[in-house]
This record gives sequence, structure tokens and C-alpha cells, in this order.
Amino acid sequence: MSAAEADVVDAGPSTGSGNVGRAPLALPGRFLRSELAIVFGRRRNLVLLGVLAAIPVLLAIAIKLSSGANGSGGDGPGFFEAITSNGLFVAFAALAATLPLFLPLAVAAASGDAIAGEANQGTLRYLLTIPAGRTRLLLTKYVAVVVFGLAATALVALAGVVAGLALFGGGDVILLSGTTTSFADGVGRLALSVLYLAAGFAALGAIGLFVSTLTEQPIAAIVATIGVDVLMFILDAIPQLAWLHPWLLVDRWPAFGDLLRDPISTDAIGLGLLTALAYTVVFLAAAWARFSSKDITS
Amino acid sequence: MSADAARTVGGSPAAVRTHGLTKRFRTQTAVGGIDLEVPSGAIYGFLGPNGSGKTTTIRMLLGLIGATSGSIELLGEPMPGGASRTLRRVGALVEGPAFHPYLSGRANLVRLDAADPHSDARTAPTRIDAALDRVGLLPAATKRYRAYSLGMRQRLAIANALLVPRDLLVLDEPTNGLDPQGTREVRHLIEELAADGTTVLVSSHLLSEVDQMCTHVGVMFEGRLLMQGLLSELHTEADRTAQTVRVDTDRVDDAAAVLRTLGLTEVRPGEGYVTGLLGDVAVEKVVPELVNDGVPVLGFAVLRPSLEDVFVSLTGEGFDVSG
Repeated sequence: MSAAEADVVDAGPSTGSGNVGRAPLALPGRFLRSELAIVFGRRRNLVLLGVLAAIPVLLAIAIKLSSGANGSGGDGPGFFEAITSNGLFVAFAALAATLPLFLPLAVAAASGDAIAGEANQGTLRYLLTIPAGRTRLLLTKYVAVVVFGLAATALVALAGVVAGLALFGGGDVILLSGTTTSFADGVGRLALSVLYLAAGFAALGAIGLFVSTLTEQPIAAIVATIGVDVLMFILDAIPQLAWLHPWLLVDRWPAFGDLLRDPISTDAIGLGLLTALAYTVVFLAAAWARFSSKDITS
Repeated sequence: MSADAARTVGGSPAAVRTHGLTKRFRTQTAVGGIDLEVPSGAIYGFLGPNGSGKTTTIRMLLGLIGATSGSIELLGEPMPGGASRTLRRVGALVEGPAFHPYLSGRANLVRLDAADPHSDARTAPTRIDAALDRVGLLPAATKRYRAYSLGMRQRLAIANALLVPRDLLVLDEPTNGLDPQGTREVRHLIEELAADGTTVLVSSHLLSEVDQMCTHVGVMFEGRLLMQGLLSELHTEADRTAQTVRVDTDRVDDAAAVLRTLGLTEVRPGEGYVTGLLGDVAVEKVVPELVNDGVPVLGFAVLRPSLEDVFVSLTGEGFDVSG
């Protein structure tokens, strides 16, 4: 029995007491901050971020060790060969390397867990009786997923820049089209690449969020989401299915390499953003339709 | 013993009122058309064995699951349509505690408070500590939820229901997992809150618990609401129909014969005593009749039925799990 209790909890339930101890307008970001703290505080997610940060470092070391013997012979969108000339390309190469699986895995881990994790834990019923509001909860969860995807992508780029500068140095950047530009311009192009990829991951996050509303098993939702990602990459690699490729979310993800040309070729990137937007709208709507009427029996 | 009797309490509208509330899961009817009426200011004991439909009903009241048919009014607002306005006046504990295992008790409450679009961030620390204090959890506030015992988890769930002042508390089995001391504390807490005017709907499968703190009672059985009304009326009704007399005597058979002649039912001779169900027989007639017939009466007692006896008489079954 504290004095505070007498003031607050004992305020009594007479008519209108529902407003005692409540602000007319809550800080809009409070729930989102709490959600971000949960997402970024989860051990599984932290391990994933750690792995993602290690990949560019490993990549840079491996190339440094092998470059003495044989400077060329890399694959990918041409970043690997350029690495030895400028450390900034480690970041681009790392993005290309983590693009098909590791970054989507991070997005799937956050999005698949979003609703199913709370349902599995039973905390969903308490969030909804507060009431947090089903639409508000879904949107908050989604924004947190998008932020996590962006943070993971930015982390890969940042780790790449740091490792690259340490091992290969910086200086002016020779673009894929052969022109030379300043290091700052190169960093700007890297930032644009991160944003472009994060938009694609936001669409994947919408798919994950939808799957997450279908089950009470977070692992199942995560596996299903990563399965969708891998399946799309496989379909995208089959030439006989060329007609299908433009409809696949992942088809234009590697187009971020176009940002390293001068002038920047925006055709593929524009279509990529449009595809991402379409996927986001469709799957967010599906998630909302499912979640807003779902029986919460967990 | 009816909704009419219940409605008169306090003269205010019902805190919870349902009409023909039904929930079917595929082919199984979990709740079959119940008319629940919880008067404002009542401590309403929602009784029934495990699996009788109590939790399903509570989930419908709170808008967690949709009703197959029927209507719900919660604090005067229709549910689930009025959920955003009504639910913040309702504190709930549904089907046991559930929190983030790696967060402390306090951090869990901070998160739930942050999820409330209308809660005031500035008063949050005070309110959270007050709620923790109220359930006696303040000393363990910084411990991880994972390390809590079942009783501590239960307390944390109750603290969550008390984060802001409420007009209605819906507590589903609040004393589950608590030791006798904890059970007593929760009972006192509920009585305190009710004394402040909060309406409390408390579900339980423990009859004795309900008997000790409730003003009203509703009995669920196999998805139906068998009866509801004032607890005192239930006892009166029980006394009328289920009162038992016990006669201590050394002439058991003669005494049993007299009781049967008087109209008592279920007369059972025992070792040095006879029991019988009084029914409509006036209790004052029993001893003179025995003495008249020359049966020595060594002891005489009227046994009031427990709530459990009443329940058995209502359902014809014990208080076991119903499938």
C-alpha cells in the first residue's frame, strides 16, 4: 500500500474514471519504441545481426588473402573485382552476397515472429484486451519489421565500409560504367542501395507478417517466409519461366548495381520499387483482413 | 433467482449483459445461448467445471473471439463494436498469465502500458509500481518473468489488470497456482476493489472460493448457464430443497421409519444416527414426532447444504471436467 496507489489505483471506478491517469493523447511513438526494443532485444535477432556484420569482414579478409595470388576471377555483379581498387566495394559485394538468403532471413525472423510469436506466448490476448487495437498493433509490428530490415541492411553496408577501408583503403571510386567519382558520391550511392534493398525487404516483411497471422507457431511462419524468398530466387533462375520473372518480388533486387553506373539507370530500379510496393499493399491488406477478424484462442 | 432480482442491485444498469450468446467451434457448441447479467457493483462468481464454457464466454466478452450468434453489452456499449471505448475501462486476466519471459515483471508492465494508446507516459512509473505493490510483487519487480513462480506470474497478471482504474474487472481463475496465503490476499484485493465500486466478474471452478467473496453467482454447465442470481438467494433456495437433518439415536430403524412417515426423502440409517432430506417438511415437527413415537433423540442437527450440494442438485453430476 503506497501513497501512489491511493492516488492512482484507488481513484475509484465512478463514471468516467476510465480517463483518470490517462493522457488525452498518448505519445504516438511509445508503442513503436517498445516494439523496437523487443525486436532488437531478442537474442535470435541479435545473433542474426552479428552474423550479418561478420559477413563483410570475412569477405574482405578472404579477398585480401587471395588477391596477392590471383587478383581477378570473382563473380557477381562485378563488385568483387573492383574491391581491391577501393574498399567501398566490399560493402556492395557484401550486400550482393547477403541479398538472396541472409538478409531475407533477418527480415523473416522479425516478421514471422511478429504476430505468431505473441500468439504463441499468449501475450497477444493481453495486448488486445488493453486494447492496443488490432489495426494499430499490426501496423506497429510492421513498422518495426521494416526498421529491422533497414537496420540489418545498413549494418551489412557499414561493416563492409569499415572492413573495406581498413584492408583496401578509400579514395575516388571508379564506377562500373568506367567513370570516376568522389568517395562521398560513392557513399551516397551505397546509401541509396541500402534504401532500395530495404524497400524490397519491406515487401518481404509484409509477406512474413501475413504468414504470421495464419499460425501460432513463429518458427513455422519464419520458415515459410524464408521459403517464399528462396522459391522466388529459384523460379527467377529458371530461363523457361522468363514470363514469370517480372512478377517475382526478388527479380529486380540485384538491380541495385545500376546505382553504380553513370548516369544511374533507373528503369529496373523503378520497376523494382513498384513491384515491392504492390507486394506490400497486397500482403498488408491480406494480413489486416485476416487479423482483424481472427479468433484469438491462444 | 432471476435476472430481475439481479437488475435491482444499486439501481444501475448491468456491467455485463449478453443475450443468446452462442459460440460454436466447427461442430462443437462451446457456449449455447446464454443470457449473462452482471449487475454494476457486484462480485459475480462465474462458476462451472473445467470445459464448461466459462473462458470461451470471457473471450467473447473481451472481443478476443467473435460470437457465432447473440449480443454482448459491456459497460453499456455493444461488443465487439465498442471495444476501443469500453475495453480500457475493463481490466482482464484471461486464461492465466502470459508475458515476455526475458523481460522483468516491471518491464513487461511498461510494455503493456505503452501499448495502451490512451495511457499517460508521465504517470506510468508511478502507476506501474503502485500496481506491483498492490499485488505484493514490488520486491521482485526487476526479476525476469522467466524466474517467477506460478503464483508470482498470476500476481503480475492481476497487476496488469490494475494499471489504470477500471470500472469492470474480468478475472479468469485468478487464484490458480496461488498458495492458501496468496488466495486469501487475492480474495481481499477483490473485495477491496469491489468496495470502491468496481464490478468484478470472477470465474472459478472452486466453489468454496466463490462462496466466500461473491454477491452474485452464475453457474455454467456444458455451455449453458444453469442459473444466476444473488448468492444469498441460491443459499435460500438450497436450504429449502436440500436441507438435511441428522438424528442421533440408539434406535436407528424406528427413527428412520418415523422420518419416512413424516415425508423426508433419502432417509439413510447410519451407525447410531439417521439422516434425511427435509424437503418441504417443517423442521420443528421432526423432534416432537420422534419423541411421540418413543424414539430417544440423543442429538439433532440441521445440515445446511454446501454450494457443492446445490450444484450437484442442479446438474445431477459432480464438479468434474465435462467433455
